[in-house]
Amino acid sequence: MVAVSSWGRLGALQHSIVPLTDRTRLPAAIPEKFGLAYGNGRSYGDVCLNPGGVLWATRGLDHFIAFDDETGVLECEAGLLLSDIQQTLVPRGWMLPVTPGTQLITLGGAIANDVHGKNHHVMGSFGDHVLALRLLRTDGEVIDCGPTNDADWFAATVGGMGLTGVISQAQIQLRRVAGPWLEAENLPYANLDAFFELADESEAEWEHTVAWIDCISHGGGRGIFMRGNHVDADDGPQPKPGRKTVPLVPPISLVNRLTLRPFNFAYYHMQALKRGNLRVHYEPFFYPLDNLLEWNRIYGPRGFYQYQCVVPRAVGQEAVGAMLNEIARSGDGSFLAVLKTFGNRQSIGMMSFPQPGVTLALDFPNHGERTHVLFARLDAAVREAGGRLYPAKDARMPSELYKSGYPRLNEFLQYRDPGISSAMSRRLIES
Amino acid sequence: MLKKIVIVGATSAIAEHCARLWIQESPIELILVGRDQAKSERLAQDLRVRSPQSKIAIQFTDFIDPLRIKDWADAVNAEGVPDIVLIAHGSLPDQMICQKDLRACEAALAVNGVSPVLFAEAFAGPMQLADRGTLAIIGSVAGDRGRKSNYVYGAAKGLVTRYAQGLQHRLAATNVKVVLIKPGPTDTPMTAHLKAQGAKLADVGDVAQRVVDGVAQGKPVIYAPGKWALIMMIVRHLPRFVFNKMDI
Repeated sequence: MVAVSSWGRLGALQHSIVPLTDRTRLPAAIPEKFGLAYGNGRSYGDVCLNPGGVLWATRGLDHFIAFDDETGVLECEAGLLLSDIQQTLVPRGWMLPVTPGTQLITLGGAIANDVHGKNHHVMGSFGDHVLALRLLRTDGEVIDCGPTNDADWFAATVGGMGLTGVISQAQIQLRRVAGPWLEAENLPYANLDAFFELADESEAEWEHTVAWIDCISHGGGRGIFMRGNHVDADDGPQPKPGRKTVPLVPPISLVNRLTLRPFNFAYYHMQALKRGNLRVHYEPFFYPLDNLLEWNRIYGPRGFYQYQCVVPRAVGQEAVGAMLNEIARSGDGSFLAVLKTFGNRQSIGMMSFPQPGVTLALDFPNHGERTHVLFARLDAAVREAGGRLYPAKDARMPSELYKSGYPRLNEFLQYRDPGISSAMSRRLIES
Repeated sequence: MLKKIVIVGATSAIAEHCARLWIQESPIELILVGRDQAKSERLAQDLRVRSPQSKIAIQFTDFIDPLRIKDWADAVNAEGVPDIVLIAHGSLPDQMICQKDLRACEAALAVNGVSPVLFAEAFAGPMQLADRGTLAIIGSVAGDRGRKSNYVYGAAKGLVTRYAQGLQHRLAATNVKVVLIKPGPTDTPMTAHLKAQGAKLADVGDVAQRVVDGVAQGKPVIYAPGKWALIMMIVRHLPRFVFNKMDI
């Protein structure tokens, strides 16, 4: 047994680790133990944990299978990191059409959580670009499915939190890019009204839009709006070589009531200075934190939560405003706070998180009870707005909020693999 | 002319990651030698996607029979002496089984000790004749000092160490480089049971990077990660009365 914690470092729990090395079958089950696929451990909460049970470590399944330079169709094993795909194929003019804020996640994890990126309003979520996937079930069955064949299995597995079987390999459609660079623009905004105006005005012309939000100053609401487009350029800045590691876990969270205000003040004004257009490499644009390894340690020994919700656009402004008020009043929160509008499109997965509206994501150092009291208030705002929380980030949402936020749950449950269970599934859907 | 690299035991995790690094540098001609056909093909497929310009072939040979090793190596050398030969195969035996079953003991010594030596010897002559090339052999920190928990494996790797030393001496006046790599415990399928028990293992990508860098420089001995050079220097010099009290 090995102690494993997820990205939020909320606690290390005992697991039996079984590495997967063969994409054609699962290892023999361990009697009376449930299993769960575990990729690179970057989901924040308990969607990737299965304490007391088995974790099938998928990182050994990291082989490319085939790539067509003409069509951009890539087939590979599910344990391959997105960084490996990007670094191998961007120089050849192909890129992942959807990428989250880190490339240090596995392909299988990207599908199982149906991750999204800054271009949701144009490209949808990750599952929209999966052409086929192979599912290994614990009873030995192998299911090949895609958007047009066994589409029900596909819809259950995309965003299915690993509960329908182990994704062993997949075929995805990459998108053409002229090179690694984007033209990006930083626009400071003063309040939520200004954010929504910028978001509306940018969606037609800009593929990537996202905003950093200062969750604490001026009642919470100012921030920096960032937008970007891929460009055909001969030259541009290269990503800085070398990586740094947060060397140790500080005894207390470095993000706290004393540091948050000055940090946010400094960050806002530094970013505001950079206003205007600049050419950036895709790595710092998409993955600003990937060169700081183990950055999750800054929250100290008790770890942290991320709270990410989506609320419908019609009530979005009001709901986000109410949440920011609660956060500013609590004094907690973090400088890692992101606001983004989702496009007006439904996700392909039954249990996928993205839906039309606006999404707010914030980190919170774990202060125990105090943090949970704040979350209960935020939950109330989400519930009232008819929104939902993102399982990939979650370690604590009430089961009732999950069930009300994901109306296709009962349909999804027919596709569950009875040999698979996670801490999250036991917490939210009782098995 | 593409650089020609031969990897024996190519499906071992360290070798596989070395291959990825080499093809990332520039297109090469790569000969992958394995025992498991499915695994070898999976590896070749992967490398072909990563580097479509590289010429990648899979070959099979016996790993124990000296005559078949010789015939296979002669055929490879006849097509041109390789620039780099990496000998990477091995398997971590269960020490307790080796103590009880002499056939298991013999098999462990053969595959981890004798076999790498035979492969190296089959290329050493032609490389010496051509007066170029690098012969890299994966040994282990376990070969530095015998200890009760894995001395059969350690003895085989110790054999590889002495062999590499002698070969370096023989080829010192030539342009042929002999590189002995001594990885510490690395996160690979071979050590999955150690990981399952909670051991701290080195990242296989980092180990492979050290191997590739060390091979490029022609370093005689590479510890990977580097800290093992210091650890093993201490372990080698511990007085016996201290060492024998240690449960390692």
